[in-house]
Amino acid sequence: MKFTLNGKATEVNASPAARLLDVLREDCGLTGTKEGCGEGECGACSVLIDGEVVCSCLVPFAQADNAEVLTIEGLNGTHPLQKLFMDEVGAQCGICTPGMIIAAMTLGEKPTLDEVKVALAGNLCRCTGYSAIYRAIMKWRGMPLPDESSSAVTA
Amino acid sequence: MSELDLRRASSVDEALTIMRDEGRTPIAGATDLYVAAQFGTLVPRKLLDIWKLKELRTIGTAADGQTLVIGALSTYTDLMQSAVVQDRLPMLVTAARLVGGVQIQNRGTIGGNIVNGSPAGDTLPVFAAADAVVVLRSLRGERRVPFNEFYAGYRKTVIKPDELLIAVETPSIDGIQAFRKVGTRAAQAISKIAMAAVRDPKRPRIAFGSLAATVVRVPKTEAALASGNSIDEAAAVLEAEINPIDDVRSTAVYRKRVAVNLLRWFWKETAPA
Ligand SMILES: Cc1cc2nc3c(=O)[nH]c(=O)nc-3n(C[C@H](O)[C@H](O)[C@H](O)COP(=O)(O)OP(=O)(O)OC[C@H]3O[C@@H](n4cnc5c(N)ncnc54)[C@H](O)[C@@H]3O)c2cc1C
Ligand code: FES
Ligand code: FES
Repeated sequence: MKFTLNGKATEVNASPAARLLDVLREDCGLTGTKEGCGEGECGACSVLIDGEVVCSCLVPFAQADNAEVLTIEGLNGTHPLQKLFMDEVGAQCGICTPGMIIAAMTLGEKPTLDEVKVALAGNLCRCTGYSAIYRAIMKWRGMPLPDESSSAVTA
Repeated sequence: MSELDLRRASSVDEALTIMRDEGRTPIAGATDLYVAAQFGTLVPRKLLDIWKLKELRTIGTAADGQTLVIGALSTYTDLMQSAVVQDRLPMLVTAARLVGGVQIQNRGTIGGNIVNGSPAGDTLPVFAAADAVVVLRSLRGERRVPFNEFYAGYRKTVIKPDELLIAVETPSIDGIQAFRKVGTRAAQAISKIAMAAVRDPKRPRIAFGSLAATVVRVPKTEAALASGNSIDEAAAVLEAEINPIDDVRSTAVYRKRVAVNLLRWFWKETAPA
């Protein structure tokens, strides 16, 4: 099956029923995409398919046929948001981080904090308490943060 | 998942032929089926991918200009972005917004939600309250089933193995619509109980999800409201009418209490000024 992976035309011979997550990690050797739960709950496996964020643990490989897939490796480690996650300590154990950053790629130019929370509602973090993640994203978009106490997650 | 056998269909007609000849189970957004596969509870091994059948991903009005027709493959994101759904069936937009996170909203479809048939399916109370009609098609022909006759029991539907759910049709609705879902937290939570309601002055309609083995309407309570009884009287009727389930997500006593509170909330919120 053929698809575009991080901008490169790619052909992989895998079962059409294989999880896209496994194809990325096992067949393509891109282990930046993480498996947290394997059942759509945590968002650690988030990738973009044709610009839409999905849980790659729930996508049959056949559904990525001819699509454009973006994984964390597609940001080359040089994306400003990646640096901000480090500066703001938006990553601790790091399992959720690639999924968080990928989900953040779908945000508009000037997101409100609420929009950031909605965009990341499907991404769970067991470590940071989310504030540092939201801070990194708001700084990346040059958006002021409402007062610190109200940025704690309420979801 | 690699032990699963999946093939793709490139048109609805091809899909129907394959379903008849090979007995394959359709797979749309996979957000229920692949979770079941991960759990080891997925029975069918032969799947038919229908995700890319664009014909089933349309939203519009029927020739009568009134009936809203939502294609089976419409995702929650599609519903939220559709002006005609926002206009005609705002309670469905509210329900869609409360499903999972963005990842699930981008893949989960109404066809999957309906056919999967979990009593916690969030679009189910909406279609029940809307008096929707489900359009089913096989090579034998097409049939229309009232949504309120679609479920035969816990996760049992009247759909035949060779049939595809094509679309859901909703007649135009008079009166304010509402959807409320009560779960453990705002995002990603399965409903403990959900309510969809329509304040049609002549025919108020109330449906609950997660209350019983299937989605339910409450005809006695609706009749009490229609005949102008006070909300206290209607609440008493509702309490007698429902017999909620006890399960891991919540108790029967809790569900009954919340159902009554939701009804009271709806009636107060939608009271004529
Ligand atoms: C993390 C997470 C959160 C979730 N949150 C919610 C929630 O808040 N509320 C909620 O209601 N659901 C929720 N779900 C469940 C699920 O996302 C929905 O039920 C979704 O709508 C299923 O659609 P799908 O296209 O992914 O179905 P699939 O998994 O592809 O299919 C489900 C079933 O429907 C059948 N099917 C699908 N399409 C058709 C068709 N056109 N004709 C005939 N049969 C068909 C399949 O054969 C299968 O039996 C959640 C799931 C996950 C993983
Ligand atoms: S691993 Fe896919 S959502 Fe958790
Ligand atoms: S940093 Fe550990 S889960 Fe988010």
